[in-house]
Amino acid sequence: MIEIDTITKRYGETTVVDTVSMTIAPRTITVIVGTSGSGKTTLMRMINRLVEPTSGKILIDGEPNSAIPGYELRRRIGYAIQGHGLFPHRTVAENIATVPTLLGWDKSRIDAKVKELLTLFQLDPAAFGPRYPHELSGGQQQRVGVARALAAEPNILLMDEPFGALDPVIRAKAQEDLLAIQKHFGTTIVLVTHDMEEAFHLADKIAVMDKGKIVQYAAPQDMLVNPATDFVETLIGAGERPFRLLSIGTVADAAEAGEADGEPIAAALSQRDALSALLWSGRQALPVVGADGAPLGRVTLASLTRRAARPQ
Amino acid sequence: MKRLLPNLLRLAVLVILIAFLLQPMLFEPLLKPLVQANAPAVYNQGSLLSLTLSHLATVFTATLAATIVAVGLAILVTRPIGAEFLPLSRSLVNIGQTFPPVAVLALAVPAVGFGEKPTLIALFLYGLLPIFENAMTGLSTLPPAIVEAARGTGMTAWQRLIKVELPLALPVILAGIRLSVTISLATATIGSTVAAKTLGEVIIAGLQSNNLAFVLQGGLVVAVLAVLIYDAFSAVERVLSRRAGRV
Amino acid sequence: MRFRIDKLGVVIAALLAYGAFLAPFANFRANRIVPGEARSIIEALPAGLGAAFLAFAVVAVVLIVAKTPTLFRLVLGLVALLALAILIGLAAGHLTPPENTYARVSPASGFWLTSFAFALVTTDALARLKLSPLARVALLAAVAAAAAALLMSGVWDGLSILKEYGSRAETFWLEASRHVVLALGSLAAAVLVGLPLGILCHRVEALRAGVLNVLNIIQTIPSIALFGLLIAPLGWIALNVPGAAAIGIRGIGAAPAFVALFLYSLLPVVANTVVGLAGVPRDANDAARGIGMTDRQRLFGVELPLAFPVILTGIRIVLVQNIGLATIAALIGGGGFGVFVFQGIGQTAMDLVLLGAVPTVALAFAAAIVLDAATELSSNKPGRAA
Ligand SMILES: Nc1ncnc2c1ncn2[C@@H]1O[C@H](COP(=O)(O)OP(=O)(O)OP(=O)(O)O)[C@@H](O)[C@H]1O
Ligand SMILES: [Mg+2]
Repeated sequence: MIEIDTITKRYGETTVVDTVSMTIAPRTITVIVGTSGSGKTTLMRMINRLVEPTSGKILIDGEPNSAIPGYELRRRIGYAIQGHGLFPHRTVAENIATVPTLLGWDKSRIDAKVKELLTLFQLDPAAFGPRYPHELSGGQQQRVGVARALAAEPNILLMDEPFGALDPVIRAKAQEDLLAIQKHFGTTIVLVTHDMEEAFHLADKIAVMDKGKIVQYAAPQDMLVNPATDFVETLIGAGERPFRLLSIGTVADAAEAGEADGEPIAAALSQRDALSALLWSGRQALPVVGADGAPLGRVTLASLTRRAARPQ
Repeated sequence: MKRLLPNLLRLAVLVILIAFLLQPMLFEPLLKPLVQANAPAVYNQGSLLSLTLSHLATVFTATLAATIVAVGLAILVTRPIGAEFLPLSRSLVNIGQTFPPVAVLALAVPAVGFGEKPTLIALFLYGLLPIFENAMTGLSTLPPAIVEAARGTGMTAWQRLIKVELPLALPVILAGIRLSVTISLATATIGSTVAAKTLGEVIIAGLQSNNLAFVLQGGLVVAVLAVLIYDAFSAVERVLSRRAGRV
Repeated sequence: MRFRIDKLGVVIAALLAYGAFLAPFANFRANRIVPGEARSIIEALPAGLGAAFLAFAVVAVVLIVAKTPTLFRLVLGLVALLALAILIGLAAGHLTPPENTYARVSPASGFWLTSFAFALVTTDALARLKLSPLARVALLAAVAAAAAALLMSGVWDGLSILKEYGSRAETFWLEASRHVVLALGSLAAAVLVGLPLGILCHRVEALRAGVLNVLNIIQTIPSIALFGLLIAPLGWIALNVPGAAAIGIRGIGAAPAFVALFLYSLLPVVANTVVGLAGVPRDANDAARGIGMTDRQRLFGVELPLAFPVILTGIRIVLVQNIGLATIAALIGGGGFGVFVFQGIGQTAMDLVLLGAVPTVALAFAAAIVLDAATELSSNKPGRAA
């Protein structure tokens, strides 16, 4: 759990983060959105004390984060930064091993961890481990950056626009990976993005920042239904609301008993994906299958239409 | 494959240089045409080998000291503590480089007298500048994302310096050392005008006795040393920066 | 305002305090050759002046340690340097017994350290002020004018270096002009040859690596050797080519020095021309072609103007390097300030060494400032890509 308590950061006269308070529940994904320069990165960096706050405090699992030296704190909190920041003079394996090495893990444990993470991110350890970062594609570098942040099994992972530089296909893949990893390790994730689509897809809770303040901090659905300010409404995009609503829920949630013809849809996809598939195939219903291919019923256009309507 | 020919050439040059230093008399027939009938064609007032070694030792000592001091200073002025010294350091480097090496040498004599010392001091002072400048550049132009990442992974300031900043700045620092060594190799010859034991003795003996062969052998040995050392440094830099993906 | 400490100021103030209070201000020698005796600032200056300067030094230490405004520090540094320049002259007059022409007075470590400390204050202030190029040149001119005025006024006449000058004023100016001609002449020749060669290397890729490699290797030959090696071929030319001797080509003397400096100068000129031309944006070239410029019009109208700042940087390197290297010419009878340096080394007369070294350093320094300013001006012109 991360408790942010009336935290403020000033640079000279300008207040960059202005008396922000919020509580982030463990094992959730919190997404921070907002215009450029609104203080998202600064807020996030105060959690691992890359930036020292001017006033206020932050508790991590009840302990003030100022209780231990900054570098020790940072070894316990994963941080994946914009543009990955891999060390160019170290191999992929060495990059991932950075924090475990700093923590003094023994070699076999480090090797095992590197292998596990590379495999998890679908990079062959034998092929990619010994390579240098510049020998990787942008998407692969990005994944290594996240793997490095996860290497010491941190309870908390901070991610600053981690998928900003990726093409749409790889980005979608990376998002799925992230959700899988979050499930796997039960990590508390705080993520900054400019992509509202991404925010609604990943977030358990969304925080909207504007000029250093949190203007709304709510579950995606609540935010769609009751945007706190005009700014939040604009940010969500009025025309996008039904689709955002659908993108929050999974196909599994919308599945009902019954059968349908046509190309089956995976239960893990979002309802928005299901809507697309239905519209494109011109059918009223499509079959739903689980990850193992077992049939789980069907999803209908009618039920999706209902779900996309403003909740009463 | 493309590098093979130049490398063979370098090897050949190195072998010839060593042969010349060990058995200079073998080359007498080549040098004979450059001198008058009864003048010696091969330097005979001392051992070429020992002069070369002491030339190299002088340059090595001065460069080593210059590297330690320059890199240390560069580290200092690129830390937050030393930030106030940065603008002045940059100007001093610029000003210092306008000092001609001969002037530095000549001005060192009143301070320490004749012999090896003024040469060492001049080479040290003059060698500081390129190394300091490059180390400063290398350490202050690291990609911010990488420095951030180093902080973000929980490295202490010292660990960041040793594990990330210095390794990344190394190719640039090496380029500075290479420049410094090349200048020093040539400048050390002037040291012989203040009685330092360097290959300059051979050249000056040649100038004084109007013996072109002496001038040539002294000059060529220094030039060959400089080219070989320059190339060796360049090769190391290439390997390092290719590793760091900077090419 | 709170009293805040300037870290750099602490270091400088320590230098200043040591130089002013603990180190000797001037050196007194009964004649040119004997070892000197140190004199403290109190002994070296007429009654009261020394104490006054020490009092000033105390104030200056405080002002330097405190965070004072940059412009104020600049003025403080310059004023102190001027005061020191006058004081050392007065010390010479004071220490030399009347009617004694053998005695020599020269600045000692205390003077140098104090001057160095104030020079640091000045330099630091200048670095922080980021003066415009023209302002820097104006400041240089003002400093040069002040130095000239001090020389003319005769304040410094008692100093040993000026006594050395006094006994060879004529040679001094002769060697000075030879030095300048060597440095500037070889630069001019290098630009005349190097610029076209650079353009050629830019256009003909096959030539580039070869030419630059050869020029690089020339740079590694130590200057005294290259000077010496040129004696023979030039001597041969003087003997065998009709008319060559008449225009001053000789085996020994200025000609080999000139050629050697020329050869050293080629690399920076050619290399920077190539780099400058390679850096011309493709768009600019395409646009020039697009509006129908011929190759020649493109070269003079687009490429050279755009590459000019880089070429100018090369010229700066060459000029500063040549002013320094021209001292070596003295070893082969080529003249220049090196004559005094090497004579001084030979006679262990350090004042004579200084007579050669100080003007060389001053020239190189002035050249660097002027050409840096020119480079900056030329690359800041509006409408020009940085
Ligand atoms: N070290 C600093 N000194 C002064 N101002 C700073 C500093 N770091 C950030 N700022 C300012 O604080 C404001 C917020 O910066 P921050 O990086 O937190 O924005 P952001 O919301 O992450 O923006 P973006 O979406 O563009 O990344 C900006 O106006 C920025 O200029
Ligand atoms: Mg940001």
